[in-house]
Amino acid sequence: MEKSRKLLAAPYLIWMIAFTVIPLLMIVYYGLIDRNGSFTWENVMAMVRPEHLGALFLSLQLSVVCTIVCLLLSYPLAMILRGKGVNQSSFIVFIFILPMWMNFLLRTYAWLNLLDDGGIIHTICERFGLPTVSLIGTNAAIILGMVYNFLPFMVLPLYNALMKIDENIINAAKDLGANNIQVFFRIILPLSFPGIVSGITMVFVPSLTTFVVSDLLGARKIMLIGNIIEQEFSTADNWYLGSGLSLVLMIFILISMAMLNHYDKNGEGTSF
Amino acid sequence: MKKIASQIYMTLIFIFLYAPIVTLIVFSFNQGKGGQWRGFSLEWYQELFASELIMNALWNTLIIAIISALVSTIIGTISCIGLNSLGGKAKSIYLSLNNIPMLNSELVTGLSLMLVFIAFGIGFGYPTILIAHITFCIPYVILSVMPRLKQTDRSTYEAAVDLGAAPVYAFFKVVFPELMPGILSGFLLAFTMSLDDFIITYFTRGPGINTLSTLIYSEVRKGIKPSMNALSTIMFVSVLILLILSNRKKKEGIE
Repeated sequence: MEKSRKLLAAPYLIWMIAFTVIPLLMIVYYGLIDRNGSFTWENVMAMVRPEHLGALFLSLQLSVVCTIVCLLLSYPLAMILRGKGVNQSSFIVFIFILPMWMNFLLRTYAWLNLLDDGGIIHTICERFGLPTVSLIGTNAAIILGMVYNFLPFMVLPLYNALMKIDENIINAAKDLGANNIQVFFRIILPLSFPGIVSGITMVFVPSLTTFVVSDLLGARKIMLIGNIIEQEFSTADNWYLGSGLSLVLMIFILISMAMLNHYDKNGEGTSF
Repeated sequence: MKKIASQIYMTLIFIFLYAPIVTLIVFSFNQGKGGQWRGFSLEWYQELFASELIMNALWNTLIIAIISALVSTIIGTISCIGLNSLGGKAKSIYLSLNNIPMLNSELVTGLSLMLVFIAFGIGFGYPTILIAHITFCIPYVILSVMPRLKQTDRSTYEAAVDLGAAPVYAFFKVVFPELMPGILSGFLLAFTMSLDDFIITYFTRGPGINTLSTLIYSEVRKGIKPSMNALSTIMFVSVLILLILSNRKKKEGIE
């Protein structure tokens, strides 16, 4: 009986091998061969070409800023939500999942209407005599678009981690004479660490590899590493180079996944 | 004081999240294209229902979301049950494999699936999009069902079996109802993820098949028609109404 129950896990195992493991191996394979099928490091080494390296550094820079901004915005929010109690959790899902029903591309594209010259924010600023800046096509616009899209991935794990902290521990610390600042730095912050790490991973990885946000808000002036890889596959038709560059990107992804595995062993923070 | 500050903070985040959505909704009622308000009109709603292209894409998007959410809910739930009786090491390897599509970049997932479909000669079309969507939806189902399964009391199931219920019958009568909320939220999450996906669909669709996302992306260069806004408004408002209704029902149930 017990044994036959174990077999229920088998179909998905096969599925994962076929559509998760083998596909990743395919990227490794294509990344390490040339058009004739012989082994080469050239596709991977192509990352150090100035135009690719520049894009990689810009992507790293923007995604680090985006992750920090998301963390700084989300932590207070998650603390506030924690204070409101458990029965509000459906409300949180409501707020953060609902926007997903409006298409991701349209939502990002709508920022064009808000930020563009002659857009809504521009017009409001002009009316009140405030200085206007054109954001479209700048790094700031891309960071804004990334933060907007990936903020929920930071808030939800943080909220989950904070909700798991036992109120009694906090009360005990207070009884023993800790002030609010001490309670925060010595109790709340360390205990929410799995949530922080998983939030960082969930924001950093998609923002490092995005090509859509830069496409929509970058006015075609800004090339991130995601755009370069996407173009190798869609327009340049050079899968080998695209795979090689993806391999380099996967190193960063693997590092953040390893970090997550290390600090969040039970996968507690990842849950929605 | 602290309360007011936190209230203001939450409002600001709320505005940040919903400003683009409000803009989209407002501009779906605009006359003509572009970023300037020219007066109220329903022309984009009329055009929306006349556009075969959009209606086709909507149909594709919904069918793909329903099928992939259904299939991934079934596979996910079954695997959870199997996984529950699996031991420590095997279970943790299984769960790390399961986490890959969720933690990995969508760009890499999409590309890798595309390479596999090409290498094994699977023609791009409906099946490839479905396989891809099911692959990234199952992890969400497992994440929703697994905690529920941990909470269920094994002894109730064993009691049912002791009292003569066949294992399958006991499962559907005793365990399944307890899992239901997890299964349901897994289904909804999978449905939403599939519906909102662009990147993975972009790499795994065939020529000629458009979902709403890929259709919108192809229009970006020429400027997206406000009829897309109109469609999004309709979808958004209907989900909003559904959520409010179900919330009210839940509250009535509690009282």
